[in-house]
Amino acid sequence: MALAKRIIPCLDCENGRVVKGVKFLDIRDAGDPVEVSKRYCDAGADEITFLDITASHEGRETTVHTVEAIASQVFIPLTVGGGIRTLEDIRTMLNAGADKIGINTAAVVNPEFVREAAERFGSQCIVVAVDAKRVSIDDELPKWEIFTHGGRKPTGIDAIEWVKRMVSFGAGEILLTSMDRDGTKSGFDLELNREVSRAVQVPLIASGGVGNLQHLVDGVLEGEADAVLAASIFHFQEYSIQEAKQYMAAKGIEVRL
Amino acid sequence: MNKIAVIDYGMGNLHSVAKALEHVGRELDEQVEVVVTADANVIAGADRVIFPGVGAIRDCMAEILRLDVGQIVKDAIQTKPVLAICVGMQALMNTSEENGGVKCLGFLDGEVRYFGDDLRDGDGLRLKVPHMGWNQVSQTIDHPLWKDVPDNSRFYFVHSYYVRTQHQGMVTGVSRYGNDFVATLADNNIFAVQFHPEKSQTVGLTLLRNFLLWDGTV
Repeated sequence: MALAKRIIPCLDCENGRVVKGVKFLDIRDAGDPVEVSKRYCDAGADEITFLDITASHEGRETTVHTVEAIASQVFIPLTVGGGIRTLEDIRTMLNAGADKIGINTAAVVNPEFVREAAERFGSQCIVVAVDAKRVSIDDELPKWEIFTHGGRKPTGIDAIEWVKRMVSFGAGEILLTSMDRDGTKSGFDLELNREVSRAVQVPLIASGGVGNLQHLVDGVLEGEADAVLAASIFHFQEYSIQEAKQYMAAKGIEVRL
Repeated sequence: MNKIAVIDYGMGNLHSVAKALEHVGRELDEQVEVVVTADANVIAGADRVIFPGVGAIRDCMAEILRLDVGQIVKDAIQTKPVLAICVGMQALMNTSEENGGVKCLGFLDGEVRYFGDDLRDGDGLRLKVPHMGWNQVSQTIDHPLWKDVPDNSRFYFVHSYYVRTQHQGMVTGVSRYGNDFVATLADNNIFAVQFHPEKSQTVGLTLLRNFLLWDGTV
């Protein structure tokens, strides 16, 4: 009897449609985040992460309705992130049915926001999302820096120091994306994940770079992640959530089957 | 009409539990009305009561005392089935060691303890706190709320503190995270769960269905 490692499919959504990996999918219903969420939930996903990449204000109204629709049909934890900047944004998403809120750029702009959010809504619903890029060169000690704006904007902040600070401010979980690996299908940055996992007491979700099922296993066994997040391998329908779990179980990882 | 009151004392997100109850109600062939409220009269008129809670116990207890929710829960316990969830369960106990020690409602005899900063499993591996995710619950007593829930099913937990009690007869389910801990308790018409049934997919919805149908007897 032990806590299971979690598998979390991630939906990147724009104006109410799933966008990441959409070109690989059956065009009839593949872009509807509610349908996709239900399918993943039925297939045994442990949580759903919904990342809103909508830029416009009108589009964000759509996002609230989408979150409401997902939450009324999917009875597993739902994390909503993307463009969360104020306590009011958090309240709106929690009221729409989100269980956890991902905060990324707003935390870098104003770290106190994380403290206020955790104090108001509880650490259990505050996930700090971190985009990190390796900045050390080959024979140096490894070092990663935080980037914002989808990995375009460097901040000069050291990733390990940053996650420690965010946890001390009340972050209940860390969602860590390697910008070097994101979209490459070459596996997680295992060294980065391990360093972050060991630096903090709260659970770590590894993200960025999953291309096959062994990558998920490596993320847990070598990256020491508590949960693994992937988008395209599931959207692709190259692997199902059940296959992923069975593969992980066969490698000795505790999963919810 | 089966009327369920979810007690709203301002702590956390009650939409999930309300939506899950409505969903279960639609699947049952009976009219279910879910009300999220702090109104003592509305709660007194409900058939069943949910006592939820998230966040820090000090803040929860402060609101419980300010809104006199303790009396509302006490009245409910005397007359109808009550399901306490997560910090709602912890608030029923005598004390919690969270926030430097907080006096709780004392409706059930036991205390709330911290998992610890250096929690380890049987192999000496470090365990993260909070205990977050899907863990198995071993059913230690047959109870109407366990109907159709397979033993050792996984439920979704998120907590850093857990209940401990001397009264083994009250314990209906245990889990293990470093140590064995109380996952569920029952006392007459109270059923209390540390996990979140509203987030525990099929098994969680089954438990909520059982609660909607439960007459409060064992």
